Amino acid sequence: MGKRIEVTDLNVYYGDFRAVEDVSITIEPKSVTAFIGPSGCGKSTFLRTLNRMHEVIPGARVEGEVLLDGENLYGPGVDPVRVRRHIGMVFQRPNPFPTMSIKENVLAGINLNNKRMPGSEKDDLAEQALKGANLWEEVKNRLNKPGASLSGGQQQRLCIARAIAMEPEVLLMDEPASALDPISTLAIEDLMNELKQRYTIVIVTHNMQQAARVSDVTAFFNIAGAGAPGRLIEAGPTEKIFSAPDVKATEDYISGRFG
Amino acid sequence: MSTTSALPDTGTSPLPTVDPRRVGDRVFGGLAAGSGIMILVILAMVAAFLLVQGGPALFADPAKLASQGYGEFASWVAPYAFGTVWAAVLALAMAVPVAIGIALFITHYAPRRMAAPLGYLIDLLAAVPSVVFGLWGADLLSRSVRGLYGWLNDNLGFIPLFSGQVSGTGRTILTAAVVLAVMVLPIITSLSREVFLQTPRLHEEAALALGATRWEMIKMAVLPFARPGLVAAIMLGLGRALGETMAVTMVLSGGKNITFQVLTSDNPNTIAATIAQNFPEAFGLKTNQLIAAGLVLFAITLAVNTVARWIVSRRAEYSGAN
Repeated sequence: MGKRIEVTDLNVYYGDFRAVEDVSITIEPKSVTAFIGPSGCGKSTFLRTLNRMHEVIPGARVEGEVLLDGENLYGPGVDPVRVRRHIGMVFQRPNPFPTMSIKENVLAGINLNNKRMPGSEKDDLAEQALKGANLWEEVKNRLNKPGASLSGGQQQRLCIARAIAMEPEVLLMDEPASALDPISTLAIEDLMNELKQRYTIVIVTHNMQQAARVSDVTAFFNIAGAGAPGRLIEAGPTEKIFSAPDVKATEDYISGRFG
Repeated sequence: MSTTSALPDTGTSPLPTVDPRRVGDRVFGGLAAGSGIMILVILAMVAAFLLVQGGPALFADPAKLASQGYGEFASWVAPYAFGTVWAAVLALAMAVPVAIGIALFITHYAPRRMAAPLGYLIDLLAAVPSVVFGLWGADLLSRSVRGLYGWLNDNLGFIPLFSGQVSGTGRTILTAAVVLAVMVLPIITSLSREVFLQTPRLHEEAALALGATRWEMIKMAVLPFARPGLVAAIMLGLGRALGETMAVTMVLSGGKNITFQVLTSDNPNTIAATIAQNFPEAFGLKTNQLIAAGLVLFAITLAVNTVARWIVSRRAEYSGAN
């Protein structure tokens, strides 16, 4: 678990519009990498290309290479469904399945892959995943209640449990705390610190303090103007990006002098 | 508060009690309320008509009904009520899977360029007059299904549904149900399509991000979310199938036999078709009796629609999005 991602010269298009231009970056295993940058700079789009979720949008396509421990995700014959079973994703807003119970939500991915797993094994796995997401103590007595009955922060941790129940190699998080209150946000950030012992984590965030708190590496994305493609401006150790970035635009953005 | 005293004193109240500009508002409100009340009045008048005109047959002496009407009311109307419900149920059994399939194809499988025209075509199907469906069913369909019915009877005759003596004309309740199925298909399809489109993108993406295939995503996210809406769509289709008159009148050679066999020439007629066929020659108590049958049909459709409304209203508290 915890694999390295190497991206070379990645371009993302929506139809004729180039949304992301020439991104090359290496994401180290068992670390937290944060993507920051202004709205519309393509960081979420880029994140989605790492598990081929951008293909859900009609007309979206990619040029370039994304290697997961040397294996090209866009190689011929690679099934996007299989890619997503190895690279989990957590979304901006908590999205547990409303008709499923807490336990069913955690096991939703397992039920897709391994229907024959005996019930006791499933129970253990659900417990492990919920413990991994720091949610077990709060829900252990109501596993059969609907997932939507939890608070927003609990729902988001339920979604993280659902993702890590699949034992993914990489966990992508698209602004996972932007819809949560500060206490729930702190819970998610603490969780990220624990999860990086086992998984490679990539997070998109608008909150620069959050990027500074949780990430080992920070990548700054920017656009030249409306209609221009997003580009990766600079990536490096978080400490360096936040104290002495190489590029002036990065410093301007981080210090709030941007735009 | 001292804010009001800060205003310059103009000698008049700063807040006039009636704003003359609200006249338009009140006129429109009155018109809207009037239209709403009119619906209730019309419905009440229809119900009153059915009760008053059908009443004499409902409460008549059975002996008198036997000589001047069509016979004792309950036993006379029972086969037609059964035929009405049975034909509609058969029609739904055929139409619902196809309608849901089409709706899923349009919303989740078809390329965009194809989805919109296809949806339009389905809606166009609803615009075909029922007499045209009747002609099609009575002439073309009933002739072309005879071979199939024979085959069903020979090979699947052990199922009670397909047992009995096969009709030589093909104008059986199954043929009528096929025509009804085609007629209710557009309603169910377009309503299901609307419901499927409302599935929150978040839930679809949640399923896909777990490595669900498209069909697995539909099973995990779309169908559970759409279920209450689908039930409502099916109920509205059922309402249409129950009340359809012209097509059934033209296709079905109906009688008074309560049977689940769908291939024989001994079929129960529907209430609507019975009324249409007998009304021109009816007089006196017979007229009352036909109107009373209309009252029974009204009660059946009202019950179906009430159930549909109840299910739709339950959907409001169903929190799909969070």
